Amino acid sequence: MESTQHHIDRKTFLKVAVLSGTGVVFGVNFLQSCQSKKEQPINLEALEYNEFNAYIEIALNGYVTIYAPNPEIGQGVKTAMPMIVAEELDVAWDHVRVVQANLDTKKFKRQVAGGSQSIRFSWMPLREAGATARQMLVNAAAMEWNIAPEKCTTHQGFVVHPKGDKKGYGDLVLKAATLEVPQKITLKKTEDFTIVGSGKHNVDNFKITQGDALYGMDYSQEGMVYAAILHPEKFGDILVSVDASEAKKVHGVLDVIQFNNNIAVIGTNTWNVFQGKKAVKATYRENKNKEDSDLFDNRMEQAFESGKFKKRGGKGNVSEVFAKADQVIERVYEAPFLAHNTMEPMNFFAHVTADKVNLKGPIQTPENTAKQVARALKRKEEEVHIEMCRIGGGFGRRLIGNYVIEAAQISNLIQKPVKLVYSREDDMTAGYYRPKVKYKIKAAIKNNQITGYHLQEVVVNNMMWPKLANYFPEGAIPNTLFESYRIKSNIKTAPWRAPVTNFLAFAEQSFFDELANELQIDPVQMRLDLLEEAEKNKHDDMEYSPRRFQAVIKKVAKDAQWGKTKEGVYQGISAYYSHNSHVAQIAEVEIKNNQPVVTKIYCAIDCGIVVNKLGAMNQAEGGIVDGLGHALYSEQLVKDGIAVRSNFHQYKLGRMKDAPEIQISFIDSKEAPTGLGEPTLPPLAASIANAVFAANGNRLRKQPFAKNGLYNS
Amino acid sequence: MEIQLTVNNKTHTVDVPGETPLLWVLRDELKLVGTKFGCGVGQCGACSVHMDGIITRSCLLPVSIIDKAKITTIEGLSEKNNHPVQLAWREIDVPQCGYCQAGQIMTASAFLAQNQNPSQEEIKEAMHGNICRCATYKRIERAVQTAVEISKKTTK
Ligand code: FES
Ligand code: FES
Repeated sequence: MESTQHHIDRKTFLKVAVLSGTGVVFGVNFLQSCQSKKEQPINLEALEYNEFNAYIEIALNGYVTIYAPNPEIGQGVKTAMPMIVAEELDVAWDHVRVVQANLDTKKFKRQVAGGSQSIRFSWMPLREAGATARQMLVNAAAMEWNIAPEKCTTHQGFVVHPKGDKKGYGDLVLKAATLEVPQKITLKKTEDFTIVGSGKHNVDNFKITQGDALYGMDYSQEGMVYAAILHPEKFGDILVSVDASEAKKVHGVLDVIQFNNNIAVIGTNTWNVFQGKKAVKATYRENKNKEDSDLFDNRMEQAFESGKFKKRGGKGNVSEVFAKADQVIERVYEAPFLAHNTMEPMNFFAHVTADKVNLKGPIQTPENTAKQVARALKRKEEEVHIEMCRIGGGFGRRLIGNYVIEAAQISNLIQKPVKLVYSREDDMTAGYYRPKVKYKIKAAIKNNQITGYHLQEVVVNNMMWPKLANYFPEGAIPNTLFESYRIKSNIKTAPWRAPVTNFLAFAEQSFFDELANELQIDPVQMRLDLLEEAEKNKHDDMEYSPRRFQAVIKKVAKDAQWGKTKEGVYQGISAYYSHNSHVAQIAEVEIKNNQPVVTKIYCAIDCGIVVNKLGAMNQAEGGIVDGLGHALYSEQLVKDGIAVRSNFHQYKLGRMKDAPEIQISFIDSKEAPTGLGEPTLPPLAASIANAVFAANGNRLRKQPFAKNGLYNS
Repeated sequence: MEIQLTVNNKTHTVDVPGETPLLWVLRDELKLVGTKFGCGVGQCGACSVHMDGIITRSCLLPVSIIDKAKITTIEGLSEKNNHPVQLAWREIDVPQCGYCQAGQIMTASAFLAQNQNPSQEEIKEAMHGNICRCATYKRIERAVQTAVEISKKTTK
């Protein structure tokens, strides 16, 4: 077996410790890691490996356990990351398990689930960790056999002597732990991978299918009370007074308290506190700023007319090429607020005592949230402990830990262990929405070439980041300008799956379809030509790879037989680079009962090496159906300061019958893996809009389509 | 009010107001937390249980009207986590976050008890009421088909 020599980074992998009687622990830096489930077999505190953020344990029976600090929100890192370690360590997959290390902001670094970055950042550290441990086991066996380590090989948890003799890893770990950590290791060649690139089932499947208590919502302990919360109904209102007399009469209600701008009802179970909440009477001082979706629309139009925009990026001289253009094409694309609607509503357990703040529940940003809790309660950071569990969906909502702080504040006031539970209505109406946004895009055309590209964003609260100017069409069009105009609002906004690009991709990829139509070029060919131009102008700041981008477009066009469809089937293409991955999609639309219906999605993805085929497919399919459901149906509206849609009878999400047939291809790659939790979502909506245009000539520029366009399923 | 109810073949007595939905009795009183809270208004299916074998949304079911009906939750669906639907769910690797899946499994198992040989359209129809925010619908559809195959093999 040929291998790659590799000098390991001492910061990545350093220390080994013997555990009393149970095995050996290696300290590792995964940078970003995975995980869930409460089990605490080793005392991480006692190890004092402050510089590490994860641990690998090899037990005397040869089983391997990976302790990792990061949250599992359904993105599958809990399965994929251990696969990488197991590959280089060379152990059988069913001898590996993953355990959630208890959270400690002093011991661990960068404990975040977000941005589809977990696998990308941890790829090399995980491989190095596995390979280094393997090398130490080989060295230990070689010493016992009194032969050179190079003579030994490994196979599925054993070091193998050239004559065929074997020693199990479990029998070697104690000796291996006394050896120096090698400076030089051999990583496997990617073509020799047997675990990475295979399909492994979600490691929590057994527990999920029998209803084990895995989630924060499922947690309870002796003496715990329940809390429900009332936020001001209108964004920006100030709580003035509370009349809790009726609420306190509700069965099982123990107390009603007022804190910050909120009211909490405390009681003996979730239902009782929900009932108590309905009986609370509160008065608020009204926010004079009218928060209203329609008014935002007007202000956005005004901004396009006469607003002062802030430059976010771009190159060349846009005003000059627009002045000299033969033709200027201009379009506006619009998106509503979106709630995250994680299936598990916000909740958190808190127990604040004189010496500790114990917290447990679903959070994507435990480290930062622990700091905020410390600040809110005026406690020392080291007194705040967060225990993590499997999370019932994230989509960006649980990057914001406001509900964790609320739970801690409630426990602090009542001096009891408490579980705060949001109702679906609390969850849907109290904000942290995907910002409402409009994009105006203009192209300057000269001699049938696109010479200038000008994108203006008008957005509530959160502007696009400047780096987006280095995405496509950077390099393909010589003069570009990206500008933003921000409307400040009391409506809480936050990242939502594939922040910014979840709608920017729709605007851009619809616009290029419109350009192709205006210029009478095939939309696939147009993209390939533009990327050819980009390849010529490639530079270091360019975020994407024109060649890899072309490859996914060609692949999807081939899979979908672009241009050769059956009669009555109409196609639309869209391609987008995000989270370091390149994705191209073709939607097929058919007309049924005079309405366009999406019948099939083809998708080609280049995310480098696919670590877990089964998990990757699940993520990719999920991103596609999620993108489709939201583009067709979903929106949050705000009227007179109040969020209008409060539960799933009003807020429509994609369901079973909306999910079209899906065909996904992954590009064969030897490149390091990149993001997959998000990248299949951004391009999807434009593939539909472009296919609908091909089908009936209607151009969908405003989401959700089912309400604003002719799409109606 | 003292109420007796039979869950997973065990009789329990709870002391709660009669209008308390079964969901919260299961979760907070009996600590059977496999049945999930998603919306509380009958729209998502996360709270699905069987009442005398019939699929029922426990978030809308006042505990007082259950009377002698037998409740089955995900914890009691099979002895060894080996109901054909559970086996199929693992084989197809359906879950992402997993939060909706108990409700999906309860819905699918009640449906297959009524219809042993469903068409693709019937499967979609039966599962349409359950939201999966992670959008694992394609795998849910395949897993229900797989469960049909598994059942056919085991009953032969
Ligand atoms: S919680 Fe019962 S249907 Fe949603
Ligand atoms: S698996 Fe996450 S909601 Fe269905």
